[in-house]
Amino acid sequence: MSQTYRLASGGRIDRSKVLNFTFNGKTYQGYAGDSLAAALLANGVDIVGRSFKYSRPRGIIAAGTEEPNAILQIGSSEATQIPNVRATQQALYAGLVATSTNGWPNVNNDVMGILGKVGGSMMPPGFYYKTFMYPKSFWMTYEKYIRKAAGLGRAPLQNDPDSYDYMNQHCDVLIVGAGPAGLAAALAAARSGARVILADEQEEFGGSLLDTRETLDGKPAADWVNAVVKELESLPEVTLLPRATVNGYHDHNFLTIHERLTDHLGDRAPIGQVRHRVHRVRAGRVVLAAGAHERPLVYGNNDVPGNMLAGAVSTYVRRYGVAPGRKLVLSTNNDHAYRAALDWHDAGLQVVAIADARHNPRGSLVEEARAKGIRILTSSAVVEAKGSKHVTGARVAAIDVQAHKVTSPGETLECDLIASSGGYSPIVHLASHLGGRPVWRDDILGFVPGDAPQKRVCVGGIHGVYALGDVIADGFEGGVRAATEAGFKATTGTLPKTVARKEEATVALFQVPHDKGSKGPKQFVDQQNDVTAAGIELATREGFESVEHVKRYTALGFGTDQGKLGNINGLAIAARSIGITIPEMGTTMFRPNYTPVTFGAVAGRHCGHLFEPVRFTALHGWHVKNGAEFEDVGQWKRPWYFPKAGEDIHAAVARECKAVRDSVGLLDASTLGKIDIQGPDAREFLNRIYSNAWTKLDVGKARYGLMCKEDGMVFDDGVTACVGDNHFYMTTTTGGAARVLQWLELYHQTEWPEMKVYFTSVTDHWATMTLSGPNSRKLLSALTDDIDLDKDAFPFMTWKEGTVAGVPARVFRISFTGELSYEVNVQANYAMGVLEKIIEAGKQYNLTPYGTETMHVLRAEKGFIIVGQDTDGSMNPDDLNMSWCVGRNKPFSWIGLRGMNREDCLRDNRKQLVGLKPVDPTQWLPEGAQLVFDPKQPIPMDMVGHVTSSYAANSLGYSFAMGVVKGGLKRMGERVYSPQADGSVIEAEIVSSVFFDPKGERQNV
Amino acid sequence: MLHIFCPHCGELRSEEEFHASGQAHIARPLDPAACSDEEWGTYMFFRDNPRGIHHELWDHVAGCRQYFNVTRDTVTYEILETYKIGEKPQVTANGKQNSAPSTVKGQGEKV
Repeated sequence: MSQTYRLASGGRIDRSKVLNFTFNGKTYQGYAGDSLAAALLANGVDIVGRSFKYSRPRGIIAAGTEEPNAILQIGSSEATQIPNVRATQQALYAGLVATSTNGWPNVNNDVMGILGKVGGSMMPPGFYYKTFMYPKSFWMTYEKYIRKAAGLGRAPLQNDPDSYDYMNQHCDVLIVGAGPAGLAAALAAARSGARVILADEQEEFGGSLLDTRETLDGKPAADWVNAVVKELESLPEVTLLPRATVNGYHDHNFLTIHERLTDHLGDRAPIGQVRHRVHRVRAGRVVLAAGAHERPLVYGNNDVPGNMLAGAVSTYVRRYGVAPGRKLVLSTNNDHAYRAALDWHDAGLQVVAIADARHNPRGSLVEEARAKGIRILTSSAVVEAKGSKHVTGARVAAIDVQAHKVTSPGETLECDLIASSGGYSPIVHLASHLGGRPVWRDDILGFVPGDAPQKRVCVGGIHGVYALGDVIADGFEGGVRAATEAGFKATTGTLPKTVARKEEATVALFQVPHDKGSKGPKQFVDQQNDVTAAGIELATREGFESVEHVKRYTALGFGTDQGKLGNINGLAIAARSIGITIPEMGTTMFRPNYTPVTFGAVAGRHCGHLFEPVRFTALHGWHVKNGAEFEDVGQWKRPWYFPKAGEDIHAAVARECKAVRDSVGLLDASTLGKIDIQGPDAREFLNRIYSNAWTKLDVGKARYGLMCKEDGMVFDDGVTACVGDNHFYMTTTTGGAARVLQWLELYHQTEWPEMKVYFTSVTDHWATMTLSGPNSRKLLSALTDDIDLDKDAFPFMTWKEGTVAGVPARVFRISFTGELSYEVNVQANYAMGVLEKIIEAGKQYNLTPYGTETMHVLRAEKGFIIVGQDTDGSMNPDDLNMSWCVGRNKPFSWIGLRGMNREDCLRDNRKQLVGLKPVDPTQWLPEGAQLVFDPKQPIPMDMVGHVTSSYAANSLGYSFAMGVVKGGLKRMGERVYSPQADGSVIEAEIVSSVFFDPKGERQNV
Repeated sequence: MLHIFCPHCGELRSEEEFHASGQAHIARPLDPAACSDEEWGTYMFFRDNPRGIHHELWDHVAGCRQYFNVTRDTVTYEILETYKIGEKPQVTANGKQNSAPSTVKGQGEKV
């Protein structure tokens, strides 16, 4: 028993290619060219899922992106799972595996459905907020179960095996939509020689022409489509993108297109191909030819499987050769929907009746239906569908549209398919992404794009042009206009001839009245989120009158379909309920993306090791070979510690610290920012941006500087050396390098452009190897012949040029450890060779490589700050006990001085940097821990500071820390307490932040 | 994704190449010592928040690394001009009417 609903002939499918697929474990067959939805319908599968709240059985109602119910889980393996795929947008391929995303134990027999039946009336909008409010502590428990009961698909538990790409595109004209309007526009623009991109979300170009009854030049419309596509393919400046949804319209004609290159081939892309591509397009002009969605009518039980959009019926019959039933009842308020009945009739199927809400319809299509003997009931509509798991009949009654009343008991017509059409809603989404609200038009009963500053043109259905001849002419004209504005000569061409029809006006009917009113069977407005007409009316009665509030309170338009079929009906019902017009109600905001985009497409290639750029020093390979554990400092990989066999971080750090203090250690300091500063005003510039004085720094000397912002707070620090009278070499923190360079440029370019000074980043050009420890001089002397390392010849805080290991070098005698230290700078490309020679010469001194952890520990033992660790943007130099570094009498009001002199910066009791010594030397104060003076005070406690740096493993042999305490500098010897989350309290003594070698003698030897 | 004309490079480049740096034309007081704490606080922290024409500082960080000024409409994000540091804007809030109100005044638009 297969494909019992497949018509014997017809459709744009290849009946010679049979494709097997499974749905909910059962195997079915379809044809190449089918959508998954078409193939399911061909096999008579009607229930595809259960609704979100009431767990009602749901079926396929549309044929395109607007489908709210056929949301399926696709994937034949764990790694290839894709949740929430619209079956109407998924091309069928051999071996496709699909399942419903909800329904337990299965969609046909769902337990939750009983709850929906029984509890439905007790689950009005706001149900979750109202019911699960108390006790508040239980919300997280409730949430888990609500989520389980109401969920959609699931994410895969294995890595995605496919690749995804980004592509930047520039074009003169981007055309969104390749239906009749878009194709015409593309033809016009492309013929002018403009660079054109034409994108359409469907598997092939053509849009409504793929299933229309209309002819062009007397021939099937698809023939014209083929001819146009062929011509476009021949033009070199044209890029054609089928299976590509333009999903976001961003500023300045920047749009994103999500192209699905291989979703129609299998659940994995073929080897060597990417699965999806995101095109980032900058367009000179945009032509929006997105068309319009048909609206369903809202009536009782309109969600039972077997209720469909009229246009979808035509699509399934003509495009896929599928009849979703045998006996059709059509309910409509317009002429266009009559096509569904005519298509159904021409396929040899029975049209039971057409219920037309209008009083006396006499349009061309109406007359054609009459001529075919189809029964038409005027001033009527389907007021409710019969059946529970599938439509068994339709109750059609006379209605008064104006009075919103049912005026006859009506009759129940036996049928298994009810098609409805309430009119058409232009697809205004992209036009509204940048905030421009759409405008209501009474003549078409729909919203059209409003005015916008973007350089765009609307053509066809998107602005209410619906008659095919008009659509094509409009498209052509729009294409000419876009190309002309983009600077090309575009001319008109001959347009295909269409058959003129007399189409009459639509009557404004959104919700069909019911004799029982809101007590009648549920009338669904948003099927994906189970929002009913009664629910919307209730929301307005409860005071939610703004369309944005109605949306959020009822969940109207919340789902993955973003209310494509429900929103206009919903706001029309809300407007009527409040007593205002539809334009007064307005629409909710439209935001990208128009349809869901997979995470893979968003990530592109930026995953795994390409997620973020990583920076390596010239010595990285050596670190890796020598077992370094790394930490991220900004984007840099820096050795954190070098564990030997069997060591954990504490053991390694203790060993490294001891080696540095006892003999000599080696640190790769290449990542610190280095800025070359030159110019006659360089010195004066330094005076203005540093807290201390630079006027008297001689050539060959180096000085530590603090950089503050205008508020007086420290934001970076580093040593700057004088290379020449007009030449300085500044270092910054690793993470602050780019920030500092931008800061210098900001002031130079915008405040002091008259100063002659230039800045160049040289961070990557120099590698820096720091030798630190009492034996560092001996070690370095083995590597240089031309640098006099004698204590008096090469004093502390100076630098020298010479050769190290045969390579030109600058050597700086700076110390961050408090030990005798030399920082050897060589051109980065030479660094590895120099390093190897240093390692060789260092063997006799037990030269020990150390990482950032040991670096942090050793500087902390000396009370040296690390900006960003001990500072947080709220500490000025005085707070850091670094008043020695502040030149309050410098002639220019340097950046930070005025800030430091604000009242709040001069008050007593500011948090000040001190040392903290746990009373129990084995206890470690967690970094960030809050400090109090009295641990027994009631909660909330008065917090007087926090721990900024804390180290258990070090060279001192006891746990110590740095922190800030209110008035700390005057509280030496006092106790502070750090209450912990587990209730314990760590007691510490406030001490000097210099724990080791307080006189600073060791760096000066 | 703004498309910004760098007046130094002389071409339109994508927003990703730039870094926004806040309100433009805020000169550092020449005599900070003469400023009261309140005046200094205003210089540091207070910024305009107009609905409409805004003059702002941008830095072409991934290009020429030069700062320049941009006149941008904060509602429509239209960039009306870009001009170098030291130059004055041709388009100002006084000279040009603020951006047009939206065409549909729905219930949600009472602000």
